[in-house]
This record gives sequence, C-alpha cells and structure tokens, in this order.
Amino acid sequence: MDTDLMLKVYPFFLEAAWITILLSVLTAILGLTCGALGAASRLSRFVVLRFLGAAYVSVFRGTPALIQLFILYFGGPQIGIQLDAFEAGVIGLGINAGAYMTETIRGAIISIDKGQREAARTVGLSQWQTMYKVVLPQAARLMVRPLGVNLNMLVKATALVAAISVVELTYTAQRYIGSTYKPFEMFLMAGVLYMIIIFVVGRGVAWLDRRVQIT
Amino acid sequence: MGLDFSIIPDHLDVILLGCLWTIGITVAAAILSFFGGIIFAVMALYAPWFVRLPFRVVEWVFMGTPLLLQLFLIYFGLVQIGIDLPAFVAGVIGLGLHFAVYNSELIQTAILAVDKGQMEAARTVGLSRGQALRKVVIPQAVRAVIPPIGNNMIALLKDSALVSVIGVSELTLSAQRVIGSTYRPLEFYLLAAAFYYVINLCMEWVQRKIERHIALSR
Repeated sequence: MDTDLMLKVYPFFLEAAWITILLSVLTAILGLTCGALGAASRLSRFVVLRFLGAAYVSVFRGTPALIQLFILYFGGPQIGIQLDAFEAGVIGLGINAGAYMTETIRGAIISIDKGQREAARTVGLSQWQTMYKVVLPQAARLMVRPLGVNLNMLVKATALVAAISVVELTYTAQRYIGSTYKPFEMFLMAGVLYMIIIFVVGRGVAWLDRRVQIT
Repeated sequence: MGLDFSIIPDHLDVILLGCLWTIGITVAAAILSFFGGIIFAVMALYAPWFVRLPFRVVEWVFMGTPLLLQLFLIYFGLVQIGIDLPAFVAGVIGLGLHFAVYNSELIQTAILAVDKGQMEAARTVGLSRGQALRKVVIPQAVRAVIPPIGNNMIALLKDSALVSVIGVSELTLSAQRVIGSTYRPLEFYLLAAAFYYVINLCMEWVQRKIERHIALSR
C-alpha cells in the first residue's frame, strides 16, 4: 500500500467529502419535501392527485436514477432548462429520493389504526385536526427508522453525480485512480469517508428514533 | 431545439441491442447474487470465526460504500493485479457481489427464522449437519425470502445502468453513443428510460406471479 501517495492526496478527498455531505443534506431536504407532497397526494381525496402521486412513484422508482440525472442535465438544455452539474445533481437525486420517501411516509400513515381516526372524528375534530393532531404525530414515530434507510441509500446515491462531473468523493477517487493507477488506495480513502458519513447518519437516525418513541 | 422523436427509428437497432445487454447483465448478475447470497449467508452464520470476521468486514464495506465506487475498484483493481477482465465480466462480478451481500442479509435472517425443530428432526433421521442445512433448512429459508430478493433484483436492473461508466455497452451507454452522433440527449435518454421502465414492469409482473405461486404451494 502506497501510504505516501495517500498522505499526499488526502486533503482533496476531505474536500470532496464536504461536497458529498452538502449534496446529501440538500438532497435529503428536497427528497423529504417531495416525499411529503407525494404522500399527501397519494392519500388525497382527489382522484387526479392520487393518480399523479402514483405515477410519480412508479416512474421515478421504475427507471435508473442515473438516467434521470442524464435527462435533467443533458436533456434539460434542449427544452430550456439550464442547470450546472451540482444543481442538476441535487434536483435529480432529490426528486428520485422523494419517490422512495413517498412510499415510506404513506406506509407509516396508513398503518395508523383506523379507530384512531374514527375516535378523533367522533369527539368533534375536523378532518385536518384529525390528521395534524392525531394521525401524523403517531405516524411520525413510525417513519423515523424507514426514512433512515432511505437516507442511507441517498448518501450512497450521491456517488451517481460523479457521472455528470460533480467533484465529490467518487469522482475524486475515479480521477485519482486514473492518474495514479492505485485503485485500492483510492477506494480505501473514499470508502472510509463514505462509511464515516453513513455511520454518522445512522447514529443520528437511531438517536432521533429513541427520542420519539414513547416507552 | 425542442423535441423531435422522428429520428428514433434510425437508431432503434443500437438501443435494442443495448436493451439485450442490459437484460443479459441483469440476469447474469442476478444469478450470481442469488447463489452468492446463499453462500455468504451460510459463511456468515456457520463458518469458523477467522473466516466469519473478515467476511463481516467485507460485508460492511460493501453495504457502506456506493456501488459506483465498488465498480471502479473491481474494474481497475483487477487490472492492477494483472487480471484483465472484459468490462462486461467486471460489471457482472461487481453488481453480483454487491447484491449478494444484500441478499445474504435477507437469507441470514430467514435461516435463523426457520424453526429449530426442522434442523433437529433432520439430524434425528440421520442427516449430517451439512445435509440438513442443504436439504432442509436453506430451501425453506430461501422460499421465505423470494419476495424481498425480487425487490433486490429489480433494484439490480436499475443499478445495471452504472456499468455504462466502466464501458459496458448496455442500454445507457448505447443511448450515450447515439447521442454522441445525433446530439439529441433528451429524446434518447427518455427512450432509454422508457425501455428500463418496461423491463422493470415485466420483472414486477414475474415477481407477482412467483409470489402467488409460492403462496399457493404453501
């Protein structure tokens, strides 16, 4: 193992790790927003919204995220959508992650016992009040862990933006593999950084999960 | 520039060939990941600790890093140690191993969930431990995890797009090549997405059939 080389290039990997973290955070925010909207429309009273929600989930989960990124980044300019690679990465990955999160959030909401809703309505709460004061607080507890799985996948999915030349961890590793012919060393450095990020995300989710459980 | 789908028929042959490669690489990697998953699961549960421990580390690394990075390691790493594999083979190995680790997680849980009495009964009638595992426990465990493994295989189809990056001429790279000569990214990426979507729907259909078949045979 070439430790001298690793010591020489590690600052570039650290810098790239920040980009990966930034990408992950922004993507997570957009993904959660899309997921909440998606779940709301899938559970809506209106058939059009339900259909749109279902189509969103089906199409974005049914095609590769890489292709979705390419459509946005390379195909966008053709219809007047000009984005730089980082923006395209965040938007593309965020919308993609949102499709998975839609199903997570929806799953948690529909798993709340129907009796809860009925009881709330019986004591005179409106439909909105029932949702915000009774159903969502309970569903939120159930969501934390599966959303954590979504987040874990999301961090790893940020590697895809290497294919549209965003200088994040995987792109950096790829570039140094190309220039140094030391794939193992470069994989080790990027891999360790990814595992640290994923570990921290996992701990954070576990902490939040403990906080919201009623024991 | 706008959209113009009329140029698609001229290049459809290249895209369809890419489709075939995508299906080929998905099937090959799926088979590898299925049997690899069973072997990994048995190793993780029953191998002596000096095998189990390093194996756990490998599993952990595979689950904690992006597939794209793993593909770079396998493709360029094997070249570094003098094994010059065609990109297709490297892609199948990379995808197969990656999903074998995920399948192994599922199969491990399922093996542990098979009733203890099954193993004991098998041993009582004279089967060795290995035979009992192979003929009694694992078949039951695998049957229980077919639906979630199906989900992994559908994920594998979508992740097979990543091998375009190491130069396998599957659907994504075929689309890229056509775009290189036509400068029509939107049309051809949308076309590729449509093909992925159709293959994906077919896999979901097969998955439902298999699930129903298992449910009935119980």
